[in-house]
Formats: sequence, structure tokens, C-alpha cells
Amino acid sequence: MTALALPTRRDEAWRYSDLDALASVWPVPDATRITVTAGQSAHGHLLQDAATGAAAVHDYVIDIADGGRFDFHLLNIGGRLGRVTFAVTLGKGSHFELNGAIIGGGDQTLEIVTQVTHARPDATSGQTIRSILGQRATGSYLGSINVARDAQRTDAFQSVKAMLLDRTATANAKPELEIFADDVKCAHGATVGELDRQALFYMASRGMDPATAKTLLLKAFVAGVFDDVSDEAVKDRLEAAAIAKLETLV
Amino acid sequence: MLTIDNLTNEIDGKPILKGLSLAIKAGEIHAIMGPNGAGKSTLAYTLGGRPGYEVTGGDASFDGVNLFSLDPHERAAAGLFLGFQYPVEIPGVSNLQFLRESLNSQKRARGEAELNGGEFIRLAKEKAALLGLDMDMLKRSVNVGFSGGEKKRAEMVQMGILDPRLAILDETDSGLDIDALKIVGAGINAIMRKPDKAVLLITHYQRLLDYVKPDFVHVLAGGRIVKSGGPELALELEREGYAEVVAA
Repeated sequence: MTALALPTRRDEAWRYSDLDALASVWPVPDATRITVTAGQSAHGHLLQDAATGAAAVHDYVIDIADGGRFDFHLLNIGGRLGRVTFAVTLGKGSHFELNGAIIGGGDQTLEIVTQVTHARPDATSGQTIRSILGQRATGSYLGSINVARDAQRTDAFQSVKAMLLDRTATANAKPELEIFADDVKCAHGATVGELDRQALFYMASRGMDPATAKTLLLKAFVAGVFDDVSDEAVKDRLEAAAIAKLETLV
Repeated sequence: MLTIDNLTNEIDGKPILKGLSLAIKAGEIHAIMGPNGAGKSTLAYTLGGRPGYEVTGGDASFDGVNLFSLDPHERAAAGLFLGFQYPVEIPGVSNLQFLRESLNSQKRARGEAELNGGEFIRLAKEKAALLGLDMDMLKRSVNVGFSGGEKKRAEMVQMGILDPRLAILDETDSGLDIDALKIVGAGINAIMRKPDKAVLLITHYQRLLDYVKPDFVHVLAGGRIVKSGGPELALELEREGYAEVVAA
């Protein structure tokens, strides 16, 4: 982030944000730069669990050279404002994979903003985001995919699903595609739903108390996001933090 | 064990049950038969406490406790089991996880010790074997990708594991072929045919009653029990049709 002026809601990428909270930490620190060299694989993760009331903004600028691969796992659960952005540029035949979960309650605003640029041919990217929002929380995913003119045979997908636990919670999902090549596969799906009442009654009829039943359904909803974290200790930490956060919402 | 007295209810403001009374004692198996739209499934769901099935009058007491004062999960902990006509699919939650959480929730509510992982698996294996259901099925998500027959067998495995005192089985025979019907019938007998337990079977057809012999048969029509009798009533219904028997 080089702009020093505080963004406004007229800026598309800040449309759903909590600008009052942002003002308390503006200007935010420089982006973290990650470069994956040709043919290499790398991975990263972030557990965004800032203290209640804090504002946390993490920006990543990621360059993946030809034939490289980068996998990132994100759990965004902390702070009054928790915002994580990715600006990714993909080289020839490279791959970017983001698996992220947002779990928010109270008055939290939690955001994932991605801009994935397929600059060269044959690159692939996948983004899977699951959001669980309760109370008055707002969770947003703004994801744009840009495919350059010569980035033929691009294959990109975005899968975004949000679950609202209360009528006062909000989910925003905004996939955006800008494609200048003609041999391209870009898939995106976004759904917003609530806990399955039929399933909840079925579980209750077997004796499960409502909190246990809800927690089990929500765990199933986010299961998979952290399945392929290679480091078992990191995986355990992300899953434990996700479950602990869920339990505060049911 | 279960006494239903002049029960009336509504769904979306529409009256369905119109003064239904029924008494079931421990050791008894009752069958409720009736034409489509008579209120059979409504009775099952109302006793189970499904949201939207509003009780507008009458009582139901389960071992002296007002059933309608309990939430659905409390009814289960008190010993009520509801067999679903259309068992619900729950993607991402395995049968074993689902059943262990259910059983331990019930045990917590009753102040009993919970089962640990090993104890639970032994119990699940035993009950799955009773119903001829492969343990691998129980590792899969609840009812997801199960055939109609497998869902009904899985329901009976659930019943075996949860070990209720009163089972209300809503068209457990629908969707079963003859072989599966025999297995499910034998399962119901093995699990529930005991002096301290009771069963309310809801069915359209006589055929399940060949395997699970009822002590009493009731005809439900227009939201009321219009006729009661012994097992011979089911045969009469099969022979004559509901219209004849209801009119008689």
C-alpha cells in the first residue's frame, strides 16, 4: 500500500470495510513480498487472530515464476477489522492455491481481497473460501482474476461459500473476472446460506443438544480448508483456533 | 409409557390432528395405518418436536412427563427415538461422529458416564452387524450416497446404538426390498421387543407387520384414530382397503 490517503468506500476494494477501524492503523505497514523462483514450490499460512478491538491489515504481494507453485492457508478470525489481501502474479505454467476461512462474530469486519493475475500461458489458480458469520459480523471476499492477452490455457477457479448464523450478520462475495485471452477456463461459484434446519432437527432427534449439533455442522462446513496443510503442527494450530472461534458463536 | 390425549395440532395454520388419543404400555407394539394425508407422519413429527408442528390442544405424556415441555433433544435423552421416513443427509459429518455425539449428549443429559472412543466403536460394530451394515458405511457422511434401503438400515443401527425405550418409526418399511425388509424387521424385534420398551410403527402396508407382529393396530383417518383392533385389523385393511374399513 503506497497510498497515504485513507481509502473511502468509493474505492471498490474497500467498499465493505470498517474505515473507522482502519483509520486507527493507517497508514498500514508495507506489504510482505514473496517470490517463488522458477520451478520451486513454497507455502505459507497466516492465523489472523488480532485482539478484540484491534485493526489488523496484512498485504501480500506474491510473484510466482515459471513452473513455480505457492500454497497459502489463511484463518481470518481476529480484531474489529481483519483484512488480508493478496496480489499474485503468475508466470508460465505456475500455480497459486489459496484456502481460507473467515469466522466472525460481534461487530467484526473480516475481509479477504485477492487479485490474481495470470500474466503468462498455462498457469492455474484455485481459491477456496469458507466464511461463518454470526451476530453483527461482516465477512467479505473480493476476488478478481485478470487474464493477460497471451495467457492462453489459463485455468482458474474461485469457490466461495458463506454461512450466516444470525439475521444481523452479513456476507459479501464478489468474484470479478477480466479476461483478454480466448482459450481460458475460469470458474467461480458463490453461495450464502444458513444452517440446515432439517439436519439440526435430525441431530436433535438423536439427542444432540443444539450447541453440539451446530458446532458439528459448522466444523463440517469449514473442514477441508486446512486438510492439505503439510506441517502437522501448523494444521493442528489452525484447526484448533477455528474450532475455538466457532464455539464462541453457537 | 406413552399416553396421548385428545391431541390437536396445526401446520402453517392448517389443522391436521383433530383430537387423537392413544395409550401405549411398556412391552407393546402398536401399528398405525391409514390413507395418505391422514396425519400419520404429522403425528410422528409432532411427538418428536419438529419445528413448525404446533400443538394447539391436548396432551402427550411420556412416563408421566409432559412430552411437549421437552425440547427435541431432551425427548431423545428421555428415551424417545423417531425413525424418519426420509432420513436426512449431513455432508461432512460421519455416521460414527454423529452417533457418538448423539449418544454422549444423551448420556450427559441423564448424568451417565460418556463412552470413550473404543467403547463406542465396539458398540457400533455390534449394532451394525445386527443390521448387516458394513462398518465402512458408518465411516461415511450421514446418509450421503446411501440407497433408500441403506438409509433405513442405518436408521435401525442408530436405534440400536441409542437404545431408546420408545421408538416411533415412520414408514421405516418404505423403500425396502423383501430381503432388506426382513433384516429391518428382525432388527426392530431384536432391539425393541422387550418388556420395558415399546414401539409405534407407522405404515401404509401390512407387509412389515409380517415381520414385526403388532399387539394393536389402529386406523388413522382425518386426524383421529377411527378404529382400533388386534393384528387381524391390518389384514382386514389389506383385504378391504381403507375406505371400506373407515366407513364401516
